[in-house]
Amino acid sequence: MLQTAQRSSETIKTKAGPHERFLEAFRWMLLARTFEEKLVSLYRGGLITGGVYIGKGQEAVSVACGLFLQKGDIFAPLIRDQAGRSAFGEPLVDVARTYLGSRQGPMRGRDGNIHRGLPRQGQLAMISHLGAMVSVTVGALMAKRFKGEKNFVGLSCIGEGGMQTGSFHEGMNLAAVEQVPLVIVATNNHYAYSTSNEREFACAELVDRAKGYGFEGYNLDGTDLSACLDVIGSAVKRARAGRPPQLVVASTLRLSGHGEHDDASYVTDEVKREPFAQDCLKRAEKLIVDLNLVDAKTLQGWRNDAAAQVDQAITTAQKEAAPDTNEDWCAISNRALVDQAP
Amino acid sequence: MSITYLEAIREAQAKLLRDDERVFIYGQDVGGTFGGAFKATKGLAKEFPGRVLNTPISEDAIVGTAIGAALHGMRPIVEMQFADFSSIALNQILNNAGTHYWRTSVPVPITVRLPSGGTKGSGPFHSQSMESIYAHYPGLIVMTPATVEDAYTMLIEAVTIDDPVVYCEHKYLYYHLKADKLPAEGLPTGNARIAREGRDLTIVSYSAMLHEALAAAEQLASEGFEIEVVDLRSVKPLDTDTVLASVARTGRLLCVGESFPFGGVTAEVISRVTSEGFHLLDAPPQRINAKDTPIPYHPNLWSAHRPSAKSIAAKARKLLRE
Ligand SMILES: Cc1ncc(C[n+]2csc(CCOP(=O)(O)OP(=O)(O)O)c2C)c(N)n1
Ligand SMILES: [Mg+2]
Repeated sequence: MLQTAQRSSETIKTKAGPHERFLEAFRWMLLARTFEEKLVSLYRGGLITGGVYIGKGQEAVSVACGLFLQKGDIFAPLIRDQAGRSAFGEPLVDVARTYLGSRQGPMRGRDGNIHRGLPRQGQLAMISHLGAMVSVTVGALMAKRFKGEKNFVGLSCIGEGGMQTGSFHEGMNLAAVEQVPLVIVATNNHYAYSTSNEREFACAELVDRAKGYGFEGYNLDGTDLSACLDVIGSAVKRARAGRPPQLVVASTLRLSGHGEHDDASYVTDEVKREPFAQDCLKRAEKLIVDLNLVDAKTLQGWRNDAAAQVDQAITTAQKEAAPDTNEDWCAISNRALVDQAP
Repeated sequence: MSITYLEAIREAQAKLLRDDERVFIYGQDVGGTFGGAFKATKGLAKEFPGRVLNTPISEDAIVGTAIGAALHGMRPIVEMQFADFSSIALNQILNNAGTHYWRTSVPVPITVRLPSGGTKGSGPFHSQSMESIYAHYPGLIVMTPATVEDAYTMLIEAVTIDDPVVYCEHKYLYYHLKADKLPAEGLPTGNARIAREGRDLTIVSYSAMLHEALAAAEQLASEGFEIEVVDLRSVKPLDTDTVLASVARTGRLLCVGESFPFGGVTAEVISRVTSEGFHLLDAPPQRINAKDTPIPYHPNLWSAHRPSAKSIAAKARKLLRE
């Protein structure tokens, strides 16, 4: 089974050569894809209330976001980051619990789906309002600096749609002013819900904005796992080493609806033939087969392992109790100060 | 023919675009073949080319743009994807649009549509009711239609009004409510409506909670109580006269709202009735709101968080015994 716990900066630097890293990343991607396929089938069967938002087509970018972070770092994933969240250390069962509303999940049924986090482990809990988590990541990094911690970075994810919010701009500017060790990974999947790039921004290249903020900027083919590991890995390394904040802009296509309620009929066939529309997971798998990095039996074993992990997470969460009305209706931690509204 | 609350909102916008060339619609995903997250503008981009425009995810700038356009002769309708995201545009709505007429004597005729309120599974950021916040600030009209007919006529009225209007449409009512046809005219904004007549107790409500209140009244009728139900229709202006007249008939008041309990519309109604109609009351007026926590995701928690016909009826029974 895949493990994050033992991973430290040491194993990243020494033991894992490029092939091992690639294969580990591939397995997280496979796990995320398998898990999200299961979520979709549960949703279609009416077993998940609310929305299901998946990261199909973005697993390569996402896994690279989670993979180079270590204990003590800050990760602010967004809606399409199942792969990265797992690679960073979020237990799959907690994801299942959040989607199924289990009382034992980290969100205790109070919040659902992608609106989850493990703040004490450095994984910030996103709110829906896009752009809001950039400055929160900046603040977390400032706190670490105030406390004298060393060798930490923060990585905050965003879509090209979210990049157009005021919060995002303010957060970017602040990060540069404060010179915190931050990496922003922006994924241009060419749509914000139904809106395509022409109605989102008018600059030639989103990455050109890096200069305007005082960031260093890099473009990335988000369908190419090796490139993702290389570009995002290097950006994390540079930020950790004290370079200015880093902006990576990855290009992909969202290979699903905005959420599972959306048939994405507005995505044209022409767009689906673009190079950025390639499936990163298929591409990675092809490379593994072509270079014979592992044999077919091993690959199949990994698939089985992913399916088993997903099954176990879902079955566990399904057995757990739902929240009930004996809920503790307190929105603040200080019980003595709770206002007793009528 | 039957028409839903959501279709009424779409039809009102189609009519406005047809009849008034100053009208345009601005918001995320409203255009193209998509027609909005809830399809409230479905087909309008095609029917009215260049007048139903997709925007970037930039609520603050969307409303700012609408204000600028309104000052120069247009009648923009802004669709927020969810009421919850209008918090990003609070500055433009409250400080720019809301103060403008008072500062300059030039009104700002914008309409901001807020898909509001809870539906199960939507959680803390896609369920909010923001009418109390907007009503708190000067300079805005806040509409909260509870019927298909009002959804239609009030939206048309919103755009004709020269002042900024925050139009709170309830997502739960989108598909649940149906009417046979759309009216040519409605009661003007600022007038509440007696939705059900009674003499034992007045329930004041608005938006989706009106229907919970009516269901509670139905339950209580089978127990022999005659409940009067008032639909505020707009929370600002608030029709205090109609409420007072009802309380004069019943002597008892219960206010029901879906927003958070601190302050807000229900507190305002009670405050006005106690200060202007204290002598009319036979028992202390009561109110029921959502709980003072964010809106929960899980359906079990969500159902307990918002007022329901059951919890309203329970509160009413207690009040009737006093
Ligand atoms: C401030 C704000 N406005 C509106 C929304 C509603 N909304 C949720 S996701 C989304 C599209 C996001 O597009 P993008 O940032 O490109 O991310 P993607 O979904 O493509 O991964 C919108 C408009 C929101 N979450 N936040
Ligand atoms: Mg996008």
